[in-house]
Amino acid sequence: MRSLVVGEWEDGATADATLRVISAAGGRGVPVDVLTFSPAMANAAACIEGIGRVLLASGDIANPETLANLLQHIASDYSLIATSHRTTGRAALPRAAALTGNAFLADITRVVTAQRFVRGLYAGSVVATVESTSATLFATFRTSSFAPASANGGAAPIVSLDPIAPFAATVLIDRQAASQGGHDLSSARIVVAGGRGLASKENMDKLGTLARNMGAALGASRAAVDAGYAPNAAQVGQTGKTVAPEIYLAFGISGAIQHLAGMKDSRIIVAVNKDPDAPIFSVADYGIVGDLFDVMGELNAHATGNAP
Amino acid sequence: MKILVPVKRVVDANVRVRIGSAGGVDTAGLKMSLNPFDECAVEQALRLREAGVASCVTVLTCGLPVCQDVLRTALAMGADNAVLIDTAGASPDSLGIARLLHAFIGADTDTDAYGLVLCGKQAIDDDIGGVAAMLAALLGWPQALNASAIEATGSSWLVTCGDDAGTATWRLDGPAVVSADLRLADPRRVTLPSIVKAKQKPLRTLDAATFNVALDTPIRTMEIAEPAVRQPGIKVADTAALLGAIGSARLLQNVGA
Repeated sequence: MRSLVVGEWEDGATADATLRVISAAGGRGVPVDVLTFSPAMANAAACIEGIGRVLLASGDIANPETLANLLQHIASDYSLIATSHRTTGRAALPRAAALTGNAFLADITRVVTAQRFVRGLYAGSVVATVESTSATLFATFRTSSFAPASANGGAAPIVSLDPIAPFAATVLIDRQAASQGGHDLSSARIVVAGGRGLASKENMDKLGTLARNMGAALGASRAAVDAGYAPNAAQVGQTGKTVAPEIYLAFGISGAIQHLAGMKDSRIIVAVNKDPDAPIFSVADYGIVGDLFDVMGELNAHATGNAP
Repeated sequence: MKILVPVKRVVDANVRVRIGSAGGVDTAGLKMSLNPFDECAVEQALRLREAGVASCVTVLTCGLPVCQDVLRTALAMGADNAVLIDTAGASPDSLGIARLLHAFIGADTDTDAYGLVLCGKQAIDDDIGGVAAMLAALLGWPQALNASAIEATGSSWLVTCGDDAGTATWRLDGPAVVSADLRLADPRRVTLPSIVKAKQKPLRTLDAATFNVALDTPIRTMEIAEPAVRQPGIKVADTAALLGAIGSARLLQNVGA
């Protein structure tokens, strides 16, 4: 049996998330194929180390419903069809699973054997090891839990697929990227995140400036997003993004379990909060109890070379 | 047009679950609630009915009779009627639930048909988020997940959804399945008179076996464990001490990047 990774394409290259899912799928010990959606994407995927073959879809896959129809046609060749735990995969994979009568699992964090996987429950409060006997398992993977496969060194053959009839009842009207300070949240090495303690959008914008100056990505708690300080796409937590950067700096975030679910795998966690009893300190490697604006200002001075 | 809101009874979002002596998640005695995402779906469905878009809001859950309490909560919020599909001893996975919902909608012979299924984007216990897309697949309906806004336009739905980089707005033609983000609609507070009134609203119990769908799951839980606990950290006095502790080079490694 084989694994299939549904590829993603970002900024003219194979997405980092895809490289990570490929290495996750590789942990099953069976050949890994990649599904691609353009000749350029297929050529790039063919070079990824350890790939068995590259499938090239023809025609426009304009919505998750059409992608699910495509996956339905090729599912019988695979014991696992995998994507990153991001929007497209979360929409298309359960749909394809239902079309083929198979199981779907979300947000896998570890591959134990070809059929056995680890994932969190209850916002990561417990972790479950599950075994699938589904003929084809459809699953999304938490990219931050796996190292990326090398984008070079492979020479896989490219196989063109027959065109698939588009699902016509779903039409994309508009896509709007949220303006964010700094780097992409999901792949950043440093994340600077703000919570309700920032108290205003102006202060969150200042935190965004700090993130930019530090070469970091800007994240936010749900409380801060709901208060309108930061866009939805910046939200870290159970309902937002899961990040595991080298350093996570939390400013004015109290640390609800739902937020911790999205960042507690970060290598180093720094918390700045005026409340010494804030739950965020229970996961922080370094905590500063005090005024977050002082710390922001001082860090910014260091980042811009203006420190006294 | 009717709206169906499938809901789930879950451990309350503010309760921290623990592993019991039997090795599973011990939910005995814990406060149970309507899944928060489903609560937002109920609220949005009520608003669509109040706006005249829908005629009736049905809430439905699959589970044991004890799950009636969350149906009563949804009825107290304003849902018109409720359905419990009693799954008895079975523990269906996402696909089993989707199959039950599909069969329920298929068995509905009312001339006023379901035009929208609105549910939460995931249950906060198993955190899978599979049912909406699976149900849409079985129905052959368009889907939109993680919705933060929805409006009816003629025979279509205009749905704004959160995605990786921002938002996307989709037009779904005809009946559709939409899953709700928490920001879709802020749930109304349930008042005491509405709780009393909810007791008089119709709540039907149906036996899952009568739908004749496969409820066995190919997913078996082998082990449940506590996650690794982080080593306790230290408090540092100020920014200078922080830079010293982490190493300013490491903290500022990306400056200019």
